[in-house]
Amino acid sequence: MPTILQSGAKRWLLVALLVIAVAQAASGWLNRYYLGVSIDIAINIVLAVSLNLINGHTGQFSLGHCGFMAVGGYVSAMLTIAASRAGLPPALIPGIFALSLVAGGVLAALAGVAVGIPSFRLRGDYLAIVTLGFGEIIRVFFQTFEPAGAASGLKGIPNHTTFLWAWSLAAITVYVVASLVNSTYGRGFLAVHDDEIAAGAMGVNPMRYKLTAFSIGAFFAGIAGGLYAHHKVFLSPTGFDFMRSIEIVVMVILGGMGRTAGVVIAAILLTILPEVLRGFADYRMILYSLLIIALMIARPQGLFTFVGPRKAKA
Amino acid sequence: MSEFLQQLLNGLSLGAIYALIALGYTMVYGVLRFINFAHGDVFMLGAFAGYFLAPKVAQVFPPGSIAGALVVLVTVMAICAGIGASIEYLAYRPLRRRPKLTVLITAIGVSLFIEFTCQHRLVFGASPRTFPELLANKTLHLGGLTLNTNQLVVIALTALLLGGLSFVVQRTKVGTAMRAVAFNEQAAALMGVNINRIITFTFALGSALAGAGGILFAMTYTKIEPLMGVQTGLKAFVAAVVGGIGNLPGAALGGLVLGVVETLAGGVQGLSNYRDGIAFAALILILLFRPAGLLGRAQIEKV
Repeated sequence: MPTILQSGAKRWLLVALLVIAVAQAASGWLNRYYLGVSIDIAINIVLAVSLNLINGHTGQFSLGHCGFMAVGGYVSAMLTIAASRAGLPPALIPGIFALSLVAGGVLAALAGVAVGIPSFRLRGDYLAIVTLGFGEIIRVFFQTFEPAGAASGLKGIPNHTTFLWAWSLAAITVYVVASLVNSTYGRGFLAVHDDEIAAGAMGVNPMRYKLTAFSIGAFFAGIAGGLYAHHKVFLSPTGFDFMRSIEIVVMVILGGMGRTAGVVIAAILLTILPEVLRGFADYRMILYSLLIIALMIARPQGLFTFVGPRKAKA
Repeated sequence: MSEFLQQLLNGLSLGAIYALIALGYTMVYGVLRFINFAHGDVFMLGAFAGYFLAPKVAQVFPPGSIAGALVVLVTVMAICAGIGASIEYLAYRPLRRRPKLTVLITAIGVSLFIEFTCQHRLVFGASPRTFPELLANKTLHLGGLTLNTNQLVVIALTALLLGGLSFVVQRTKVGTAMRAVAFNEQAAALMGVNINRIITFTFALGSALAGAGGILFAMTYTKIEPLMGVQTGLKAFVAAVVGGIGNLPGAALGGLVLGVVETLAGGVQGLSNYRDGIAFAALILILLFRPAGLLGRAQIEKV
């Protein structure tokens, strides 16, 4: 297939998928703990890279990313639970799982559009607090939504998320976001990020780009939520509180806003870090918070950013 | 009707506490232009300081006396002022010239650090504690209304503190300097204002109010725990934004509005489960129609 191999990004995607398929075959040797952590890493990569499209590339500071994750998680989990109750043949499971993930993603994208609309009028801290508010409203909704178990959580979700599913979707997310931003169309995101007014004057419609960023970012967050639901097999509204959104934001900032490779590495490191610190038991989260402070003081531009920021002229 | 008035009163006393915390957010935002996420934790530390101080003070002053309560309140405010000023000195001052986002994440880190340290079993532990009775709580019946003396104390004390704050900010030299820094930091520095001292003072003042809020909250709701500052702090921040962040009367108004809306909505059948979401729904509605908050002035963007 020469057409696919001509494009650099597509070649990388194919290589990544191939490596993941091989690794999946080998993943049986891993013990359950390492397998679980590796799936957590993949889910966090999807979350961080999709938030990076909104926060980093388009410059719309959003603090409600895990609200989208909650929508995707609950929707897909309820669909697969319904499917398993209906007693469909096991051969259909991958198809049903894929459909439920997409359905969760689409609903999350709709929520993303709803959150994106205020971004037309609000900027900076005001937008941050409105997105935070949306995230909290979504959490409160699921906390009272009886069909999803309300405050006691949604139990009995089938365990469908495998190494292959999680990492393939992580690779696809990185591919889609990176290709989107590097395309001719995608330059508009950077233009909106750098100077909205100038972008508007040059014929780039900032509203369209903001809505696109919010809906695509939310779509992948919804997919991540679906993967998370079928990985943990239990969803509780308290797992989707404001702290979860903050964790994703920290990944994006440590990775360097708008730098996909850096954000992927930061997502990997920040998922492994609390696990490594498990040995310190009670002091684990104290160390985690101290590390965040120390990193922000020592490397505020992101861990992997070695050139100065592109200067926007006033 | 009397039920409505009752809820209004409950809402006002809750709103008064939000207002006290919101003022700290808005003052810090005024001078430094960033959201001090650790502010809600200073509020929590205030409540815990009161918890440990109250029995000591009760040995000197008779328990439940006004003098004893005042001693606790003033000491806690002083302790919180110290905590706020040290947080600024240790965590935020090294980042003064850095992008705001960096400071924001640092603030989140500080907030997490305080929360997890306090949850540790060697510090406060994660389980809730019962706050001692600072003032004898009497129930008054007035017409169809049931009044708690504590609620009246909360409202009266908040009014007093707001009056004091407005005096400090509007009439004193240091208050004038605060407003000058908020208006234009560089120009203020050129006029001989010691920026660092003013910023420290702003943190101390805001944290003292948060400490007072912590005591009042603990008096009203009696349960305190290391994570109590998260939701309350978040809502107080919402109040500050609703009022127009950086605007002091706005923060007080926003706090009262939020407290009343939340309590009234919580009293409506069928809505009470959504109580925590209502504050944020109100926030989004208000910001959609007034993007700079209730009392904020919209800034015209110059090209």
